[in-house]
Amino acid sequence: MQETRLNAAALKKKFRVNEFIAEKFITGVAFLSLAAIILIFIFVFREAAPILFEEKKEVSAVAQVEEEQETYGEEFLGEGSAVVAEGMFRSESVESAGSEGEASLENLLSISWQPVSGDPKYGILPLAIGSLKVTFLAILIASPLAILAALFTSCFSPRWLKEILKPTIELLAGFPSVVVGFFALVTLASMLQSMFGLEYRLNALVGGVAMALAVIPVVYTVAEDSLASIPKHMTEASLALGATKWQTAIFVTLPAAIPGVFAAILLGFGRAFGETMIVLMATGNAALIGWGLTEPVRTMSATIGAEMAEVVFGDTHYHVLFLLGAILFLFTFTLNAVAEIYIRQRLLKRFRGEAS
Amino acid sequence: MSIKRALFGTYVVGVCALATLVIVAILFLITTNIIIGGWDTISWEFLASAPEEGMTAGGIFPAIVGTVFLVLLMSIAGVPAGAITALYLSEYANQKSVIARAIRFAVNTLAGVPSIVFGLFGLGFFVQFVGTGMDRILTDGVELHWAQPNILWASLTMALLTLPVVIVSVEEAIKNVPQELRAASLALGATRWQTIWNVVIPNSMHGILTGTILAVSRGAGEVAPILFTGVAYFLPHLPGSLSDQFMQLGYHVYVMSTQSTNVDATRGIQYATTMVLLLLTFLLNFSAIIVRSKVRGKALQ
Repeated sequence: MQETRLNAAALKKKFRVNEFIAEKFITGVAFLSLAAIILIFIFVFREAAPILFEEKKEVSAVAQVEEEQETYGEEFLGEGSAVVAEGMFRSESVESAGSEGEASLENLLSISWQPVSGDPKYGILPLAIGSLKVTFLAILIASPLAILAALFTSCFSPRWLKEILKPTIELLAGFPSVVVGFFALVTLASMLQSMFGLEYRLNALVGGVAMALAVIPVVYTVAEDSLASIPKHMTEASLALGATKWQTAIFVTLPAAIPGVFAAILLGFGRAFGETMIVLMATGNAALIGWGLTEPVRTMSATIGAEMAEVVFGDTHYHVLFLLGAILFLFTFTLNAVAEIYIRQRLLKRFRGEAS
Repeated sequence: MSIKRALFGTYVVGVCALATLVIVAILFLITTNIIIGGWDTISWEFLASAPEEGMTAGGIFPAIVGTVFLVLLMSIAGVPAGAITALYLSEYANQKSVIARAIRFAVNTLAGVPSIVFGLFGLGFFVQFVGTGMDRILTDGVELHWAQPNILWASLTMALLTLPVVIVSVEEAIKNVPQELRAASLALGATRWQTIWNVVIPNSMHGILTGTILAVSRGAGEVAPILFTGVAYFLPHLPGSLSDQFMQLGYHVYVMSTQSTNVDATRGIQYATTMVLLLLTFLLNFSAIIVRSKVRGKALQ
C-alpha cells in the first residue's frame, strides 16, 4: 500500500520491501481459515458423494456402463474408484445386494442400520432420531438452567460473586468431553438407573443429561453476554421508574436480550448435535427406532466414531459414514450461520437501534 | 409495594440462584467423583511407567508423552497461523471489506464444526489425499508410509480445530493495545510493520500466551478428531518420528472404559487417567484465567 505513495531514500526503500512482504504474508496466512472451511466442505462431501450419485454395480446390471459419468463433475470421479456410475438415486430392491452392499436412496431411508451383515442396511433414520432425541433432551435440561444462571450472574449477583461464578461455569466448558462421558458411563448411568428403575443402564436419558453438562456452558456464555450487553440506560430507566431489581430483570433486561438468548440455545443445539465422545460412551449405541427416552440409542456422530476405524476404505459403508459427517456438518453449519448472521447481529442491532 | 410482590421477587431471585447453584454443584460433583475414584491408583509410578499385563496394570506414561507431543506439534502449527490471522483481522483488514468478513465468517464457522467432522476431514484430506500424494512423490507409491494415520496428521487436524481459539484470544489482546501507543510509534516515523513488530506484538504477548494455553487445553481433551487420524490403543514404543502413531490420555480413557476385555478390573486405572486429564485441563484453564486477570489488573492501574 505504502510503496505506491512515497518514493524516498534507499533506507526507506528497504523498509518498504519488508513492509510489502509482511503484509502479503500476513494476508496470505489469514486466508488459511477460509481455505480450511472450503477444504473441509470439499473433502467431506467428496467422500460422501459416491453414495448420492453412484451406485455399486450389481451382477445383473454389469451391462450398463459408465455412460453418465461426466454429468456428475470431475471432482467426484477423479478418484480411480472402482465404482461404476449407473444413475442417480436408482432404487433397486434391497435383496439383490451382495455382501458388498449398496446404498440406494431406499436403503438410506430404510428403518434399520445394520452395516455389518450379509445384507447391509444403511438406514439413517434411526441414527437421526437418536441424535435428535439426545439433543432435545440436552437442550431441555440445559437451557433453563443456563439461562437462569446467566440471569442470576448478570442481574442479581454482587460483583465479587460474579467474578467467581463466571470463570467457574466457564471452567465446565473446559471439561474434556471424554471426562463427561466417563462420568456418565460409570456414575451417572447407575445413579439414574437406581433413581428411576430403568431397564437399560445406558440409554438416551443418560446421554441427554450428560450432554446437557456440555451444553450448559455454551448457552450460559452466549446468554450472559447478551444479557450484559443490554444498554445501561434501559435498566436504569426501569429502576428510576420505581421497578425493583427483579422486575427490571424479568420485564426489561430479559425481553431485550431474547434474540441473544435464542442464539445461545441454537448454538447449544449445534454443539449437542455434533458432540461425539459423550454419546459414544453413554447412550448404549443401539440403533433402534422409537421415541422412548429410556431405550438405548445410537446417534449419527457416535456411529461415525465407532465404525470408521473398522471399515474398508472406499467401500459403501465408508462412504455412508462420510455422508453422515456431511449431514452433521451441514446441519451445524446452518445452525451457526442462522445464529450468527440473523439473530445475533441483525436482530440485536435492530433492537439496540429501537432502544436508543 | 405489596408483600405478595416482594415475595414473588424473592422467589424469582431464589430460582435463579438455585439454577446457578445446581450448575456449580454438578461441576463440584464430577470433579470430586473423579478425584476420589482415582486417588488410590494415582502415584508417581503410575505417571511414569508403561501399561503392563495387557493394560490391566502399570501406568500411563506413553499416553502422557503422546498427548504432550500432540499438543506441541499442534501449537507449532496452529499458534503462529492463528496469531497472524488475528493480526490481519485487527491491523490490516478493512473491517467492511468482503475478504475480512469472509475470513471472520470462516473463523466462526470453524469454531462450530463438530469435532468428529474434523476427524473425517483429517482422514479424507491429510491421510488419504496429502499422504497418498506424498507417498507417490517420495516412494513412487510403492510403500505405504504417509498415507496412514500418524501423529503429524493428528496434530494438523487438531491445529485446525483449535485455530479459532487462538484467533479469538489474540484478537482480543490486540484490540486492547491502546491506540495512542500505535499513534506514538507511527508519529516517531516507524512504518506500519515496525509498529506492529515493536509495539503491537509485544503488548499483546499475553493474548498469544492465553490463546496457546486455551488451545492446548482444548487439544489435550479432544478425542474425536484423532480417532482415525493417528491415535492408537497400545504401542510398545513412544512415537519417534512424525509418521508414528501415538497414545493419548483421552483415548486411553475411552478405550479402557468401553472396549477393554475386563472393564471392572481396570476401573482404578480409568479413574486415575481421567483424573490426570481433568486436572491437566483445570491447570491450563486456571493459568489462562490468571494470565488474563493479571493483564487486566495492569490495564486498570
